[in-house]
Amino acid sequence: MDFRSFLKSRIVTLDGGMGSLLQARGLRPGEAPERWNLTHPDAVLAVQRAYYDAGSNLVIANTFGANPLRFSQEELSRIIPAAIAVARQAAAESSGKQEKFVALDVGPCGQLLAPYGTLGFEDAVRLFSQTVALGAEAGADCVFIETMNDSYETKAALLAAKESCSLPVIVSNAYGADGKLMTGASPEAMVALLEGMGADAVGVNCSLGPEALAPVVRRYLACASVPVLLKPNAGLPRVEDGRTVYDIGPEAFAEAVFALMREGVRLCGGCCGTTPEYIAALKDHTAGLEPVPVRPKEETVVSSYTHAAVFGGRPLLIGERINPTGKKRFRQALAEHDMGYLLSEGIRQQEAGADILDVNVGAPGVDEPALLEDAVREIQAVLDLPLCIDTSDPVAMERAMRLYNGKPLVNSVNGKQESLDAVLPLVAKYGGTVIALTLDEDGIPPTAEGRVRIARRILDAAQAHGICKKDVVFDTLTMTVSAAEDAAAVTLESLSRIRRELGCHTSLGVSNVSFGLPARERMNAAFFTLALARGLSAGIVNPLSTEMMGAYRSYCALSGLDAHCGEYVVWSQAHPVAAAAAAKPVDAAAETGDLSGLRRAIERGLTAEAARQAAEALRSREPLSLIGEEVIPALNAVGEGFERGRVFLPQLMMAAEAAGSACAEIKAALSAEKTASRCDFVLATVQGDIHDIGKNIVRLLLENYGFAVHDLGKDVPPEDIVDAVVRLHAPLCGLSALMTTTVPAMEETIRRLRDKAPWCRIVVGGAVLTEEYARTIGADAYGRDAMATVRYAEQVDASL
Amino acid sequence: MNVLSPAEPPVNRREILRYAGCRGGGAEGLPLEECLRLSAGVLSYRVVWETFPVSAQEDTVDLGFARVRSAALARSLAGCGSALVFAATVGLGMDRLIARYERVSPSTALLLHAVGTERIESLCDAFCRGQNTALAEKGLALRPRFSPGYGDLPLAFQREIFRALECEKRIGLTLTDSLLMSPAKSVTAIAGIASACAGRESAPCAQCGKADCAYRG
Repeated sequence: MDFRSFLKSRIVTLDGGMGSLLQARGLRPGEAPERWNLTHPDAVLAVQRAYYDAGSNLVIANTFGANPLRFSQEELSRIIPAAIAVARQAAAESSGKQEKFVALDVGPCGQLLAPYGTLGFEDAVRLFSQTVALGAEAGADCVFIETMNDSYETKAALLAAKESCSLPVIVSNAYGADGKLMTGASPEAMVALLEGMGADAVGVNCSLGPEALAPVVRRYLACASVPVLLKPNAGLPRVEDGRTVYDIGPEAFAEAVFALMREGVRLCGGCCGTTPEYIAALKDHTAGLEPVPVRPKEETVVSSYTHAAVFGGRPLLIGERINPTGKKRFRQALAEHDMGYLLSEGIRQQEAGADILDVNVGAPGVDEPALLEDAVREIQAVLDLPLCIDTSDPVAMERAMRLYNGKPLVNSVNGKQESLDAVLPLVAKYGGTVIALTLDEDGIPPTAEGRVRIARRILDAAQAHGICKKDVVFDTLTMTVSAAEDAAAVTLESLSRIRRELGCHTSLGVSNVSFGLPARERMNAAFFTLALARGLSAGIVNPLSTEMMGAYRSYCALSGLDAHCGEYVVWSQAHPVAAAAAAKPVDAAAETGDLSGLRRAIERGLTAEAARQAAEALRSREPLSLIGEEVIPALNAVGEGFERGRVFLPQLMMAAEAAGSACAEIKAALSAEKTASRCDFVLATVQGDIHDIGKNIVRLLLENYGFAVHDLGKDVPPEDIVDAVVRLHAPLCGLSALMTTTVPAMEETIRRLRDKAPWCRIVVGGAVLTEEYARTIGADAYGRDAMATVRYAEQVDASL
Repeated sequence: MNVLSPAEPPVNRREILRYAGCRGGGAEGLPLEECLRLSAGVLSYRVVWETFPVSAQEDTVDLGFARVRSAALARSLAGCGSALVFAATVGLGMDRLIARYERVSPSTALLLHAVGTERIESLCDAFCRGQNTALAEKGLALRPRFSPGYGDLPLAFQREIFRALECEKRIGLTLTDSLLMSPAKSVTAIAGIASACAGRESAPCAQCGKADCAYRG
């Protein structure tokens, strides 16, 4: 029987701990156990034979850390085949009569992925691919990805396994006592991600004992449609007389694991602190136990790197604002690659109550695949909502789905053969829930009957690609009611028929319904309510719209989805109806004194107030004079206060932010005129360094002082900095480094700049630098703090 | 190996302001309480530690799992038969929170940085106090903690500590090729264990040769 069939029908007994048993045979702390496959194969063999003798079906080869970050290519290509061969030999020599298999072990690579580490996602995929390819070639029966405590690295490893071999893949994560991975993922989020990508079994190992892991395991059993694994530690470790001991013995361990097997766990074994004795006890307890059948779960789920969003309960809100359609400011942000703008749109929608964020960056003249990739990467670095990857370009779709840290919603596929052929294989490979539009080569059918027919065809095609019905969500297309009076009725009828007849979930963008009519928000909200009442599972809406959110909160309260109308009450208090809001006294900003309202607002760091004051002042004054006579003097006053030690860094920055918000108002009034009044300034944190607080403070202040700042970000290779300086012919370049270990990268960057851009003045800053050190590495100036950098830049700018 | 998810250490607001660059107070108008509230939702305290035998000569220290040349560490461990080696982190959630505010409010991000730094330092202090109390029962005492990068102890020694404590596996703490720790608000350190009657060491700042340090106490 091959392992895949065995896994489907039987209980799989795994092995137990390895490291401590090798240590007992002489492995020193800190020494690489993987090397022992070559130097001490007999010791490894003895441990693994003991596990087979104790009744293990699947022994994990000694390759936990066998990856190219830890070993050279040459050594790796000897270690992995040797490890598989030793485990095979152990199986052959064992007296056990059970079925015996060997797994390739894949543990974490030891580095955190970017942006919080420096290892790129594709680099991680590549390095895991090398391990998997060697293991598959050496004849492993399956790939065992284990002890992963980061969802993103887990995805990289699973993707590598799927792309580099056709073996079954088991994926096991390590959870903390809080029921989450170290980087925040919940069990439901992990199951969604892993099942979507085709893991053959999922589960948990390490960290804790069986009882402490029971709540996590139960959550796996509740949502997984593949076999679930449990490989816990022998309780918690403690050091006794210089020896690490664990607090749960073999009998208690076996009993606790057995209890969970009766609830449905299908693969069981032990991790740290467990020995062949534990496996033998487990085997005794489970003798004769019938495997609990694995039931497919029908829930439609998407996930982020922290949590899952489930269709079918409270209707989900998909925020629509990260989309350039009809938005001049947004298109400008895309053209300027201003990811900060996209992020702030995302943050505002999350704060307003969005469950999922739609991400669409398609606009004429942009490199959509590259831009979508960057947008997804940046958004998932700071926002924990599941994303909806919205594009009609299959290349952009694939690249975004690949690096997305979770199971995405995918917008969209439709009934055209070309669309089905392009999109469905991506959903099958990367996992995801796909929104299917009920249109095909003949357009959008005018009847519900026609749209349901297309829906059935799409569903058949999806299932032919191995995509579950639950992972297709239908959008029955909102048409303009002013063009055809039955347009809304047909959309709604199609919606409820698909829900009823096909049993699928639905989503709908609603704003099209009111096209060409006055007071559009009012009608959109009414249509949204009607759709919700017909069973709409998710709306693609603007969560910042009071009308839409009012309709949504009311619907939830009216349909019993809002306990004690709590959400409704809280939301309504924050959004009083217009008449009540107008009656409130306007904030008394017209304080008298020497300073104008704008200058005072900036000096006190009041961001919203500064924007309001600027808008007010623009009614009677020239935009440029406002900058010269109000904003800059206010900044100078705060800057001087900082230099004299009367104002501190946080206040300086708050003032800068307030000035920024005032300038945004003023720049809008300046229309097409050049808004930056000073020279280009290229800014970067050097290669290898991922700390950017200092650089960001400098950027904020420089922007305020009118410099055209080109912030290249953190961990930037020297060649990218040189390219930017040369391309812009920038007279100024600022480099930041936090640690002594990254100063060489700074020095290298300066050397190259001198060579290729001799005109450029270079100012450096960062925790380890000093005036003298800056000179030693060849910089023109040392920025002691952000204000000092601004002063130097002003000097250079004035001399141009 | 010992792993712990400790309780929240007490918050020191003065230290937070100091890290944020407010010398001698000046908290007026700062959203400090808001930052503490935001942080509370994402902090996840974790510590891993192990005791190793130690022998320190003039400028070389042998910790059992590795040898390193460092006169400053040798001084710090003088007279100690063993040393506590630990790694602590407040988790990746803090890095994410800071990155998020970098985009919408850099001044809030700055304060969050300061909160994160104060939290990890307070975590280490509380952990060392706890260890010291336990050691006192055996007539032993813990010396002040000493981290890679202090004095002449090379940062590269991080690699040895990470291997010995299995930081990645035990508490989710990783090291980049350029020796930066991620999550960023993390500390590794070595603290000597000596007989309690050997006398207390002076305050950590007084031990350190970096006289121009902005944070010198």
